[in-house]
Amino acid sequence: MAQETATEKKTNPIVKFLRIPDKYPDEAAYFWGMQCGACDAKFLGARLACGKCGETDKLSEVKFGDEGEIYVFSVVHQTVPGLEAPYVGAIIDLDDGVSIRANVYGLDPEKPDTSWFGKRVKMFTEVTAQDRDGNDVVAAKFRVQE
Amino acid sequence: MRDVAVVGVHMLKFGRYPDKDVVQLASETTIAALKDAGCSINDIELVASGNLYQSNAMIGQRVMKEIGATGIPVINVANACATGSTAFREAYYSVASGAYDTALAVGSEQMGKMGLLGAGGGGDRAYSTEGIMGTGLMPGVFGQAGVEHMRKYGTTQEQIAKIAVKNHEHGVLNPNAQYRKETPLEDVLNARVIAWPNTLYMCCPTGDGASAAVLMSAEKAKKYTSKPVWVAASILTSDPYQERNPTMFDINTVTRNAAKQAYDTAGIGPEDLDMVELHDCFATAELLHYENLGLCADGEAGKLIDDKETYNGGKIPVNVSGGLLSKGHPLGATGVANITEIVWHLREEAGDRQVKGAKTGLAHVIGLGSACTINVLKR
Repeated sequence: MAQETATEKKTNPIVKFLRIPDKYPDEAAYFWGMQCGACDAKFLGARLACGKCGETDKLSEVKFGDEGEIYVFSVVHQTVPGLEAPYVGAIIDLDDGVSIRANVYGLDPEKPDTSWFGKRVKMFTEVTAQDRDGNDVVAAKFRVQE
Repeated sequence: MRDVAVVGVHMLKFGRYPDKDVVQLASETTIAALKDAGCSINDIELVASGNLYQSNAMIGQRVMKEIGATGIPVINVANACATGSTAFREAYYSVASGAYDTALAVGSEQMGKMGLLGAGGGGDRAYSTEGIMGTGLMPGVFGQAGVEHMRKYGTTQEQIAKIAVKNHEHGVLNPNAQYRKETPLEDVLNARVIAWPNTLYMCCPTGDGASAAVLMSAEKAKKYTSKPVWVAASILTSDPYQERNPTMFDINTVTRNAAKQAYDTAGIGPEDLDMVELHDCFATAELLHYENLGLCADGEAGKLIDDKETYNGGKIPVNVSGGLLSKGHPLGATGVANITEIVWHLREEAGDRQVKGAKTGLAHVIGLGSACTINVLKR
């Protein structure tokens, strides 16, 4: 009789465009997406077609880097019950030409300032929750670079 | 396309109606709009019903069962915050196309005190990105949109706060407004922050409400009214490709595209408008739409409110109803209600808040995701 093995816990990304390598955390997680071979537009995650020009056949997978800068932000004070607030919710323009929604750390949320525009940021990942099946859920966040 | 007139309108004061259901709200306003038009449900050939949170609940047909189930085509419409105005457009094209001589649009919503929009969401909470990977809550999204204007033009939080001061001041004069209380600048700036730069008074409330409009062909309208209000343009756009969208929603391009089509169709420019009811779900949004609608040049929106040009009596009165900030924003009702507001002004029936001599008005709504409607009305 075959012996039942315990279900192995997985490490899952919080969003599909974040890829967690098998050897994580020894190997870093990264953002990935698709680039259109016809018009060069880049997108986060998998796509059936290009959202800019409609091309369906010339899309290829690309890996995005982990650095960029703050385009704009808001500081969210009133939020979902159970979440720690305030937090800086920003739009990050990655150097590789796509934008990401992200929490940014290393800034004082009580003192939002226009000097934050263009600040260089770097991505890091961490386990932020366990899902219903007990799997670790990993999210990407950004920290201001000194 | 044929000329189409708005012959009857009504809105139920926005607020909270815990003792009624949404079909009652929609039915009450529909009956009142029909009376305003001097006709009955038996004269209506098509109904477009806008409701967002109960879009699968056949609200339109349930209204008909309540007020007169005549068996005519009924369309239930959902298009985010542009739900009501998209229903209006369905009614408009039904008549403009020549397929029907009369149509009715009704928008309704019952939100109660549902709290922050976008804060719900099913599925496994472990996978919710809110506050983990940025924000998708409406106050944060519209906060970022306003901050983009700060980045481009050096606009200040105080300038944006002045919009909330204006709209609450306007709302005091509107008996249909959910809130009729002035909020001086210090109060707006010192109110608790919801999502910077928007404080509490710079965010629209949730609420319940309904509004309806009766549309007719020119020939038919003549039999019912001596004060027809004409639909000079009824435009709907979706957001075109833009580099950061949908990571960052683009409420600007979708509005600019709609505005251009609306002005071209109506054969007018922004300088010909006497009043505008635009989608001020947050004070930051109104600021952006001054420029998106061409009410001022790019980068001049802060100056426009500094100079009080968008007050009633100013160069171009904006949201004399109090706007969403003061009048309220029951999602599905909003798009029909701001058309109703303009119709009242063009008929000189707007009471204490009447825009003097108003002949042409523009109603703008944006539904995030995104849909933009612009309806231009003329007397």
